[in-house]
Amino acid sequence: MGVEAREARQPWILLSPALVAITFLLFVPLAFIVVYSFWLRTATGADVAGFHLDNWAEALTDRFYRDILLNTLKIAAITTAVCALAGYPAAYFIARSNRNKGFLLLLLMLPFWVSYIIRTMSWINILGVSGALNSFLLWTGIISEPLQMLYNEATVILGLVHFLMPFMILNVFVSVDGIDQNLESAANSLGATKLQTFVSVTLPLSLPGLAAGGLLCFVLAAGTYITPLVLGGPRDAMFANLVFEAIITQLNWPLGSALSLMLLAVLGALVLVYNHFLGMAQLMKGMG
Amino acid sequence: MDSTKRYERLRERYLNGDLDRRVFLGLIGAAGLAYGVRTPFVREARAAAAEVRFDGWGGVVSEAFREYAFDPYTEKTGVKVVDGTFGGGDEYLSRVKASQPGEYNIAHLSGVFDYARYAGLGLASEINEDNIPNLKYVIPKLVDVFRPITGGKISCVPYDYGTTGLAYNRKHISEEEMKEKGAKILLDEKYKGKIAGWSDWRTRIWYASLQTGQDPNNATDMDAVWEAIRTHRDLSLKYWSSGAELMSLLAEEEIYVTEGWSGRIYALQEQGHDIGYFDPPNGFGWQECLFVIKGSPMPECEELLNFMLAPETSIAVAEGQNYPPALDPQKVDLGKKIPTLPAFDPTGTLSGLTFADPDYWNGHEAEWSKEFGRIQKGY
Repeated sequence: MGVEAREARQPWILLSPALVAITFLLFVPLAFIVVYSFWLRTATGADVAGFHLDNWAEALTDRFYRDILLNTLKIAAITTAVCALAGYPAAYFIARSNRNKGFLLLLLMLPFWVSYIIRTMSWINILGVSGALNSFLLWTGIISEPLQMLYNEATVILGLVHFLMPFMILNVFVSVDGIDQNLESAANSLGATKLQTFVSVTLPLSLPGLAAGGLLCFVLAAGTYITPLVLGGPRDAMFANLVFEAIITQLNWPLGSALSLMLLAVLGALVLVYNHFLGMAQLMKGMG
Repeated sequence: MDSTKRYERLRERYLNGDLDRRVFLGLIGAAGLAYGVRTPFVREARAAAAEVRFDGWGGVVSEAFREYAFDPYTEKTGVKVVDGTFGGGDEYLSRVKASQPGEYNIAHLSGVFDYARYAGLGLASEINEDNIPNLKYVIPKLVDVFRPITGGKISCVPYDYGTTGLAYNRKHISEEEMKEKGAKILLDEKYKGKIAGWSDWRTRIWYASLQTGQDPNNATDMDAVWEAIRTHRDLSLKYWSSGAELMSLLAEEEIYVTEGWSGRIYALQEQGHDIGYFDPPNGFGWQECLFVIKGSPMPECEELLNFMLAPETSIAVAEGQNYPPALDPQKVDLGKKIPTLPAFDPTGTLSGLTFADPDYWNGHEAEWSKEFGRIQKGY
């Protein structure tokens, strides 16, 4: 075997463990889900193998699923916007902080040491009728009756922002930290104010990080079901809750498979659009 | 044919010259490889018989099982009980469906309808009743109801019973008001935002049947039932999905009224919360059983069930869980606390409780669980 042929094979040999893992842990289960989506559920809960389009017809034509999907995308979009608005200043501050950068990054990572469910449930102790905030407001006399703050769309978004903010901050941080500060100094020396420098230099250069953080936040928010379950009211279900219900409560794995593939297709399309315009490199940088 | 015999025949063929040396060694090597791969799994499978997996409802119920049944049983027999939890029979069924035979062993199932559903999916084992002599202490009615479903045999032992009645905050709702309004209090505009309900389709339909004046085991006007469920949804703060959530919502005074599980409400009362409990006429009665799933190590499971049904264990667990045990009060002295528990029947006939008809509920399961799922989300 020639040197060129060996060199050509080398990357594949190095990649093979990852490729095998991805094949067996992602593509094979995904293929099972695709096959399942064409099966049918019987009245007893058993599945009938075959090629039936009933689940797909129901998932694609029923207004119920479309409305919940749109509501899910809306909640994910609002969450992403809030994460971007609140996360950008924090990321900028960390990136420009000379002495405490490591410590601040450690603080940013601290929430990951606590379970996501526990973090979500902590809001019940903060916003509940007898929670910390109501107790404080009652104690100060600002209110005379506890406020009902939990179990609505706002608390679902709050829970999602709490969960996803670090992803946004990390991505923006990587982007801002990589900007050559001489560019900002040059803009200042040419007469630009600090705001003009930020708007004309810093913000455009950090947009890839913002977009990568936005994509991560959006995809993770759109796929969550714990937060609406814990912090949502009767009408605050998201699309992943429908998948959970179809598979777990109704034991309708075929319909649940079709619904999960539908969500995957929508979010996959979003990733493809992102990749077309910005490429995946920035996303990998932020995640690393 | 065992492995030794196979090897001897292979060796004979080699010595006779039917196989060349390379093929012979290749086959020996392949057999060795197969044994090497198989052995760790076989060892694991054999070791699994030294433990039994038990899944229940979590919270105070599981704590009582652990303290009064599993730990003493492990101490006595050396068989470990792996203790898991679930939020409901539907969720658990989905997990069992995705598992390998033998992975899940015993489940604390609710209602005869769950038993029928699990049996219908081919998950029923066959218990040797001779191995469970303590079954003689159980209320006969509770055992007999399972037999027709599994051809005269049983796949479970009854363990406790209770009700899903109305739980209310006595600071805001009086006993008189509760008795007067009954199930309809869950539709009272006055308590909008302070009402909750279990996100279980059967319970919702059962209570909507009561609210619309229908027989919960034979509702004829389903449109009225769905409308009552919609009204309840619009007045509700939240659908709870576990006993812990139910207790938290009531204890934190997020809600004033919901339907709730009798034992959990008793636990709240024991903790000092001013929560009342009322079983409306035709309230939802249920019995729970310890169901052995097909493919489980039967001798260990039967031994555990017998241990759990021993009066001293069963009474201790019942006192911890706050649900009356399935033991017949006419045969066993149940002590002082159990007669004070909600839903307790001193006669052992359980004639005062209305149980769900498994044929009626399982016959509509696919259609109604889906319809409720939509209504729950605002449709």
